[in-house]
Amino acid sequence: MKVKSGSFLEVFNYKDLLNQLVSRDLKLKYRRSFLGYVWSILNPLLIMIVMVIVFSKMFNRSIPHFPVYLFAGRTMYEFVIGACGKALGSITDNTSLLKKTYVSKFMFPFSKIVSSLVDYLFSLGAFLIVIVFTRSPFYWTMLLFPFVFIQAFVFACGLGFFLAQLHVFFRDTRYIWNAVTTMWMYCSAIFYPISMLPAWLQTLLDYFNPLYIYIKQFRALVHTGQLPDLTSIGLGCLYALLMFAIGVFFFRKNQDRFILYI
Amino acid sequence: MSSADNNNENNIENSTEISKVYASNMQNLIDEMDDDSNVIEIHDVMIRFNKNNLKVDNLKEYFVRLVTRQLMFQEFIALQDINLEVKRGESWGFVGTNGAGKSTLLKVISRILKPSRGTVKVGGTVAALIELGAGIDPQLTARENIYLNGTLLGYSKAFIESKFDEIVEFSELQEFLDSPVKNFSSGMKTRLAFSIATAVDPDILIADEILSVGDMKFRKKCSKKMTLMMRNGTTLLYVSHNLGAIRRQCQKAMWLDHGRIIMTGDSDVVCDAFETEMDSDEPILLAKNPANTAVK
Repeated sequence: MKVKSGSFLEVFNYKDLLNQLVSRDLKLKYRRSFLGYVWSILNPLLIMIVMVIVFSKMFNRSIPHFPVYLFAGRTMYEFVIGACGKALGSITDNTSLLKKTYVSKFMFPFSKIVSSLVDYLFSLGAFLIVIVFTRSPFYWTMLLFPFVFIQAFVFACGLGFFLAQLHVFFRDTRYIWNAVTTMWMYCSAIFYPISMLPAWLQTLLDYFNPLYIYIKQFRALVHTGQLPDLTSIGLGCLYALLMFAIGVFFFRKNQDRFILYI
Repeated sequence: MSSADNNNENNIENSTEISKVYASNMQNLIDEMDDDSNVIEIHDVMIRFNKNNLKVDNLKEYFVRLVTRQLMFQEFIALQDINLEVKRGESWGFVGTNGAGKSTLLKVISRILKPSRGTVKVGGTVAALIELGAGIDPQLTARENIYLNGTLLGYSKAFIESKFDEIVEFSELQEFLDSPVKNFSSGMKTRLAFSIATAVDPDILIADEILSVGDMKFRKKCSKKMTLMMRNGTTLLYVSHNLGAIRRQCQKAMWLDHGRIIMTGDSDVVCDAFETEMDSDEPILLAKNPANTAVK
């Protein structure tokens, strides 16, 4: 496929490389560990158990099947924030590669985001265990989760590209990002019901917090068994495309200057 | 040894079919040339680095400098007025003192750097042996690294699989395929990297001082392999401080100093002039060319 050198689509010319980079991340993650891949499911599960113990006493009455509610929010949050966090350092971690050979620069953050995708799929496995264990109902709408996930994926790509190129020029991006994610977690109604917030804050979250929009859609599918409302879907897609356009724009604009700053 | 050479040549001919599988990944990097007999066309290239940027890598410094108007000062011109046309199958050597801009020029040709001004057109696949071992991850085994490094260089997985045995044989690492590379000696690592990089016949081979590492056996192997590639029509660009190697391997040569071209021509002529200049205490040829000056 003939594609302009330096564009995002060039990434798909290097499919085999993408494959290799993602499988390398997976291989090295649990190499020489005793339990190996079991940790991919055990890790989210253990965190979940702790959070349920801590928070269910407070919210159990207002939210039925609280573990499912919690898990839905957490997996989506973990995916987006985890993907962006890994993508942020992807250019600066690979300085030697960039100085020695020509590779599509989008490949670095993109492969990290795809690795996070694989982690997300594993955590869904843990999610299934939680549902079975807490005897929560299965809904057919659960099968529609890819439609929400694609929105979150595109959003994460855009944000990841933007952060990756920003970090090259301003190394404090990492620290600012850490602060932002903590605040973002508290603002996304992951472990408390949104009804606890005043009405004006609820609308703010509904319209201006993309992470909450994705969590809301995912929860509709797996927690209440309904199709998410059209506004959420529309806004979700809008934010995803907007963020993607911004991320790709800034990345392309600055990618030729990376090598001068790494 | 000659029967082994013949065998190698037959392998090369079969592999041109396979290398088309590899080349399709890189098709979008091949430019249209103005003149078809050329494989590289460099026109009026200038590379400018900003010496100051090391101090500005956080927001506070950036705003301080922005306000005090100290950004983008102290430019360093690494290369200027570079014009070069390389015909297919030629072999070029690049000589010059340290810091002359030789490696920078090679990085421009392999698209690692983009020129600040001017155009670079490269009409073929490029294999750049600039500091071997780009992308070799010490935690992975040799086998895994062959796939990783190979795909990094642009090969397709199918191509690597078809060439796997050949790569292993050239590197002589059959017994160590499944040990992590961090346990290898530096010679083993170099052998691994070189055999992966030369698994295919690229249109253009760029070698930056690679023959200076490794033991004599390895250097002989490299030299032989490079000669074989050139017999098959590969264009060679070779940077070295070893003038003997340049005279042996290259037909033509270019002498760079402080980012400018001092002389181009037959490798013997250029090497002689370079040696004379280096041996004498008074700069003769260099005095005719101004030293590095900033270009607006």
